[in-house]
Amino acid sequence: MRIAILSDIHANREAFDAVLEAVHERAPDQLVLLGDLVGYGPDPVYVVEKAADLVEDGAVCVMGNHDDAVVASRTDMTENARVAIEWTAERLAREHFDFLARLPLSLRSEDRLYVHASAERPEKWLYIRDAAAAERCLSSSDARFIFCGHTHIPAIYYALPGARPIHFSPLGNVAAPLSALRRHLVVVGAVGQPRDGNPAACFALLDTERREVTMVRVPYDHEETARKVQASGLPAWLGMRLKIGR
Amino acid sequence: MQRLEAGASIDGFELVERLQSGGMASLWRAKNPKFDFPLLLKVPFLDPGGDVSVILGFEAEELILKRLSGPHVPRFAASGGLADVPYIAMEFVAGVSLAEMAGRAPQPPEEVARIGAEIAKALAALHRQKVVHLDLKPENIILAERGAVLLDFGLARHAELPDLLGEEGSVPMGTAAYISPEQVLGERSDPASDLFALGCILYQLVTGEEPFGRPGTVAGMKRRLYHAPKPPRDIDKSIPRWLEAVILRCMEVDRSKRYAEAAHVLSDLRNPDQVVVARQRAPSNAGAWGTIRNLLRRTDEKALVGKPAGTRVRGGPPIVLAAVDLANGSDALAAEVLNETARVLAAREDSWLACITVLKTEIIADTPAADESGRLTYLKRLVALKDWARPLHLPEDRISYHVLEAVSPADAILNYAEHNDVGHIVVGARSSSAIRRHLGSVSTKVVARALCSVSVVRLKAVEEQRRLPP
Repeated sequence: MRIAILSDIHANREAFDAVLEAVHERAPDQLVLLGDLVGYGPDPVYVVEKAADLVEDGAVCVMGNHDDAVVASRTDMTENARVAIEWTAERLAREHFDFLARLPLSLRSEDRLYVHASAERPEKWLYIRDAAAAERCLSSSDARFIFCGHTHIPAIYYALPGARPIHFSPLGNVAAPLSALRRHLVVVGAVGQPRDGNPAACFALLDTERREVTMVRVPYDHEETARKVQASGLPAWLGMRLKIGR
Repeated sequence: MQRLEAGASIDGFELVERLQSGGMASLWRAKNPKFDFPLLLKVPFLDPGGDVSVILGFEAEELILKRLSGPHVPRFAASGGLADVPYIAMEFVAGVSLAEMAGRAPQPPEEVARIGAEIAKALAALHRQKVVHLDLKPENIILAERGAVLLDFGLARHAELPDLLGEEGSVPMGTAAYISPEQVLGERSDPASDLFALGCILYQLVTGEEPFGRPGTVAGMKRRLYHAPKPPRDIDKSIPRWLEAVILRCMEVDRSKRYAEAAHVLSDLRNPDQVVVARQRAPSNAGAWGTIRNLLRRTDEKALVGKPAGTRVRGGPPIVLAAVDLANGSDALAAEVLNETARVLAAREDSWLACITVLKTEIIADTPAADESGRLTYLKRLVALKDWARPLHLPEDRISYHVLEAVSPADAILNYAEHNDVGHIVVGARSSSAIRRHLGSVSTKVVARALCSVSVVRLKAVEEQRRLPP
C-alpha cells in the first residue's frame, strides 16, 4: 500500500495545489492530512474546503495546534501566529469551524499512528526536535510507525528496544528505508511553510511493501503566496520566510 | 525456526552445500530456477540472547547490497525477513579469495601492483555508488575473472541512507589489522577509509607482514595514529620505491596527505613512472621526532586524521584527461583546450591531469618508435606536449604526459580513460568540413563512447575561418 502524508499546509493555496497535483501523479492508495490546515497563510477558506472535500472522498485528517487555536480562540502562541489566528478566525464561516472542531487529535490505522505533534500527550503540542523527544513519543504508543509534523523539518527516528532512537535527515526525493527490526517515528516536512532551508513544499510518500518513505519536494510559486500575505495585511515575515524556507 | 541442512528449502531456494564461513552467518550454495546465476545463501546466526551486532550487520548488508550493481559486487537476488527465516540470497562468485594469496605472502611486487589495481578499480566503482565498505580485508575480496569482487557489506555505509550501525556504542567497528585511524575514532563516512585498508592489504601482500598486527583493544588500535609502520623497503629492499610510495600514501594518517580517490591509486599502480617518490620515505608521523610531536598533540586525536576526503571529492573529477592535437603544433584550438582544462581542474585542488596526444600510425603491426626517426618524432611530440601544458603550472605529482601511438586517436583516448578511471575528458573539435562529416570526428566518437563527462572545445566559427588560407 502507498500512502501520501501531508502536514502543515497552513492556508497556503499554491503549495497545497502543487502538492495535490504531485500526489495525484503518484496515485497513492490513501491520503492523510496531519493537521495545521490553517494559520500563517492567506487562503484558509480554500484550504479548509479542499481538505473537507478530500475527507469526503476517503482521506483522513487529524487536528493541528493552529486548527485548535482557531476553534478555541486560543492566544498562547507567538505574536505572528496569534495575529494570523485572529485574522483567520475573522474569515472562516460556521461550517469551517465545525469541520476543524470535529478533527481527532490522533488516528490509528493498522500499525500506523497519525498525530500532528507528538504521541506523548497530543493536546500539549510538543515538538520532536531531538532523540529524547522522539523516544518519549515512541514510548507513548505501540504503533510500529508514528507519523507527525509540527516542526516543519523532515526527520526519521529509528528505534530499537533499549537504545536511544537514531536520528536521520532524509534527503529530498530519495527513498529512506524502513527497518523490519525497528519502530519508526517519521516527522513529515511542511507543505505550506517549509523550515529546513528548502522553500519547496514537502510531503511524505510511504510504500509499505517496499518498506520505504520518501520526502517528496514540490517547488511551487511561493512569490505569489508571499504577495498575497503582503496584500492581506498579515505580518510581512510570514511571506518572507516562504522565500527562504526558514 | 527450520533446521538448515542440504536439501532444505527457504523461500524457493534449495540449499545444496554448506560452505566454510565466519562467526556471523552460515553460507550455503543454493539453487532456484528463478535466477540465471549461481547462488549463495547467507543465513545469520540469530541465537536468542546472542550478539546484537549480528542482526544489525545483517540489516545493513541487506539495505546496501540490494542497492549496489556492477561487476565488482555479487548480484543481489532476494532476502528474507526477520520474522521468518532471515537470509540474503546473492550471486555466488567463483574465483580466488585474496585471503588465500595473503597466506602465501610475500608476493612478487608486479603481482601485488596488479592485484592492488584490481581492488582499487572495484573500490572506485563502489564509491561512485555512494557506498564505503569500511571492512575491507583479504577475506572480503575475491579475485574473479571479471576483476576484484568485494564481499560482506555488514559494516558498510551508504551516504544517502541512515547509518543504523554508527550510533550503536563507541567500540570501533572494523577489523583490527586493517581499520583506518578515523574509524578507530568513530568516523564512518569517508571513502578514504577504504584506501587506508587497501594500503594495509598491499603492505601485507608485498612484505608478508601485517603493518599493525592484530591489536585486541581500542588503545592498541589507536597506536596507528601515532606510530607509523616500518616502511616496506626496510623489510625487503627489492620492493620498488614507487610501490612503497603508493602503499605509504594509502596509509597516511592525515587524510590531507592520503589518496582521496580510488581512481588515483588505480592510476598510480598502473603507471609506475608517474609516481612521485619523495626523498622522505616514511609517513609524516614516523620517527622519534614525529612520535614526540604527536605526543604533544595527543589531546586532539581528531586533528591527526584531518578532514574527510569526501569534502574534496564533491568538488570535481579526480582525474582529468586533456586530449590535444599537436600534429600541426600548438594552434588556437590547442590553446582553447588548455583554457577549458584549467577551468575543469580549478574545481578541485587535488585533481590530477593526464595530458594525451596521439601519434597516428598507419598500420598496427608497424612500430614507428622502434627506429631512430620514429623515436625522434615521439620525443619531439612529448616535448611539445609538456610545453603545451606548462602554463597550467601544475606540480609534477598532479600531471602526467602520454604520447600514444594509435591508428585511431579516439580509441586511444577512450582506452586510456577507461583503463585509468578518468572522471572528465577535455577534447577539441575542428570546425565542420565535408570530409569530417563523412568520416566522423575524433570528438564525436569520444562523446558517443566515453563512460564519463566530456567537454568538447570548439573555436567560434568566425575565428576558425579567419585562420584558413585565402
